[in-house]
Amino acid sequence: MDLIIILQAGVASGTVLLFATIGEIFTERSGVLNLGIEGMMLVGAMTSFSITLKTGNPWLGVVAAMAAAGLISQIHAFITVTLQADQVVSGLSVSFLGTGLSLVLGEGLSKAGTVSLLPSFSIPYLSQIPLLGPVFFTKQSVLVYIGYLVFPLCWYFINKTRPGMHLRAVGEYPAAADALGINVYRLRYLYVFVGGMFSGVAGATISLAVSPGWFSELTTAGQGWIAVGLVIFAQWNPLRAAVGSYVFGALRRLILDIQGPLLLFGLPNPFYYNPYYGFFLQMIPYAFTIIVLILGSREAMRKRMGAPAALGLPYIRGQRGL
Amino acid sequence: MELVNEQTQKKVVVSMRGIVKKFPGVLANDAVDFELIEGEVHALLGENGAGKSTLMNILAGLYRPEAGTISIRGKAVSFNSPKDAIQAGIGMVHQHFMLVPSQSVTENILLGLDEPRFRLRLREYEQKVVELGERFGLHVDPRAKVWQLSVGEQQRVEILKMLYRGAQVLIMDEPTAVLAPTEIEDLFKTLHSMAAEDQSIIFISHKLQEVLEISDRVTVLRRGKVTASGIPLINTTRAELARLMVDREVLFRLEKKAVEAGDKVLEVQDIRAENDRGLPALREMSLNVRAGEIVGLAGVAGNGQRELAEVITGLRKITGGKILVHGEDLTNKPVKTGIRRGISHIPEDRTHVGTAGNLSITDNTIMKNYNQPPIGQRWVVNAVLANKYAEDLQKAYDIVVPSIKTPVRLLSGGNLQRVILAREISSQPSLLVAVQPTRGLDVGAIEGVQRLLLAQREAGAAILLISEELEELLSLSDRIYVIYEGKIMGEVLDGDIEKIGMMMTGTPMKDIEARGSK
Ligand SMILES: Nc1ncnc2c1ncn2[C@@H]1O[C@H](COP(=O)(O)OP(=O)(O)OP(=O)(O)O)[C@@H](O)[C@H]1O
Ligand SMILES: [Mg+2]
Repeated sequence: MDLIIILQAGVASGTVLLFATIGEIFTERSGVLNLGIEGMMLVGAMTSFSITLKTGNPWLGVVAAMAAAGLISQIHAFITVTLQADQVVSGLSVSFLGTGLSLVLGEGLSKAGTVSLLPSFSIPYLSQIPLLGPVFFTKQSVLVYIGYLVFPLCWYFINKTRPGMHLRAVGEYPAAADALGINVYRLRYLYVFVGGMFSGVAGATISLAVSPGWFSELTTAGQGWIAVGLVIFAQWNPLRAAVGSYVFGALRRLILDIQGPLLLFGLPNPFYYNPYYGFFLQMIPYAFTIIVLILGSREAMRKRMGAPAALGLPYIRGQRGL
Repeated sequence: MELVNEQTQKKVVVSMRGIVKKFPGVLANDAVDFELIEGEVHALLGENGAGKSTLMNILAGLYRPEAGTISIRGKAVSFNSPKDAIQAGIGMVHQHFMLVPSQSVTENILLGLDEPRFRLRLREYEQKVVELGERFGLHVDPRAKVWQLSVGEQQRVEILKMLYRGAQVLIMDEPTAVLAPTEIEDLFKTLHSMAAEDQSIIFISHKLQEVLEISDRVTVLRRGKVTASGIPLINTTRAELARLMVDREVLFRLEKKAVEAGDKVLEVQDIRAENDRGLPALREMSLNVRAGEIVGLAGVAGNGQRELAEVITGLRKITGGKILVHGEDLTNKPVKTGIRRGISHIPEDRTHVGTAGNLSITDNTIMKNYNQPPIGQRWVVNAVLANKYAEDLQKAYDIVVPSIKTPVRLLSGGNLQRVILAREISSQPSLLVAVQPTRGLDVGAIEGVQRLLLAQREAGAAILLISEELEELLSLSDRIYVIYEGKIMGEVLDGDIEKIGMMMTGTPMKDIEARGSK
């Protein structure tokens, strides 16, 4: 069990969480909670795999994944922004819808064989840095490198640009934004779409790079839900989201790999000899998600963590006494 | 074609003609005419629910009128949104501020504009904000986050926001209701410097003294109709204004009968408590209130007044000390226990703490006795009795609404306060904690509330009156405590304003006395 290899794989697997989490940060910053990430990721993974299979071009697969997951997300936008229905209920249905759709449309894909994957390569010079080089810059998929660029850019966009400022205003105090001529409804549709596209990329990252193939709902194995928890852990900040995603990616790998060797630190490996222990290990990320969600649902805690003040609330123009 | 006002020979900026606005069951504006000329401060007066905010919301593009025309500098306009109004040079500062708390002052000012295009370049724009502020005497740190600002500073940001957009007309809906006296002075200076640059201001207020001080002309509304239109304010008295508003004499004088104070009803001993952010709000403070007396608590806003009211009524836990009511220890007991022991609360926040917005007048008035006979019978509420009860209160407290089934969020500020008073006073409390009970009320309503408080005093209730309005405290209270940073600075029996003022800025009574005897 080589720690460097585990970390290297961890970064790749963390990239999936990174895309999903950043997408949800955009959506939630606009005041819409979308619990449908898991479903949208599955749609993205299935679409990208099947398009790549047909065309032989993985980049087309990624674009198709973004479009498909983005499309699904607009159902959520219509239900919550236009019809002003409950965001939790709608998000759960979108998750079921996405899961169901991908299972039906992805029927038989798992036996389809191999597809051409997105390229992997090492970065000259950077890969020579001790420790960081092999972990971050050696033989990673191109999507992993894109991830390194995406999270600081997203942070910059949200905090330092005019559209980012409008995004924050719409999620904090939509009535104030509306009074100044910002179209609250249009921006919410837009950022739900952006969230959907990111989920699609997250799905494609699995099926075309990190663990290639289509394994029905096990493809994502609940990572969409972990992303929902990570958004809260990250306090809606893309930089913290990156830290959380990579740590969790590494943790996932570690949990898988720790069950392999016979000896652990020179002692008999309890996880090898007693596979049931492994189940408890695998539970950790999900248990974490549940705890974060419980903490995050407390009003006082949310305020302290800087949750967008209008998160979860439909915006109704001109309503008196709110 | 630019219009010119005949009396003053000045240009007419805004002209509203025959404005009609209906809400379900109310005619809020009934053929209202309104005219604003260049460089004037124009006061808009009227009782609670007279339709002032409605008229101004129409001018600011928030509501669309059913009938009537608006013209700006002689050109007919029709606003579909506040943005249209802002583009026509009309900006409104609402009673509830429209600021994003988590963003900085500069960000709030830039919100919704086309400049800067993409990158925010805040440093550059912060400079512009500072310059604009200096021009009109509006000082505020452009980098501060809005949640860190005092109410007065937030108001300045709102004004800056409108000036930055080139507003020529500034509408201010009850701007002084939330300000400390020194902040009011600053605001008036700003308004004067704006008028000097030929900008026009519409000023809504219930404080007639202020209206006389700041405004050039006044328009008065009564139940949606204009009763005085643009009359000059020179040589007008407070009493005349009041008569125009309420159509009867307002006394401005209260009859306070002598009442022998009885036993101590409330005893607060060395209590400590924290505010919402977890910082100390009350530090070892003690006070007491006897039956049949009104005890005032003076102080600048944010010195622990709200926390004290919440602690006494059981809404906030204390971290040290004791609270006794009729000698019984009620420290950190549930709110319900307090209610059963006869504690009533008129909270500062009417819309969130005092009432439930989506519930009807009936539901809001029976909130404290819905589970007791005769209204509550076992597990059902007797709807007939409940409605009867609410109707009686509606008459007794003069609540103006289309029906007792109306959700209270639709009520005007004054009527909402009457709903709370009706509920809290009709339970015949032995201890009444009243926080800013007359804020935002019209002169007639203020008189009504003050009479009710005095009547409770005569009935033997102990009343703790927490207010920032010194005049009100002095005319109602038997004794006045002064609070500063969560501590009682001292107690005044003779209404010595000078001493109160010194204690409000943090000089304890014993220091004042020491200095006096030297
Ligand atoms: N959005 C609304 N829906 C229904 N009724 C409304 C609405 N806005 C105002 N009203 C009603 O219209 C009338 C006029 O209200 P408005 O707020 O204009 O009064 P106001 O003069 O500003 O009173 P105050 O001094 O208490 O602020 C009131 O009876 C109020 O209940
Ligand atoms: Mg009003």
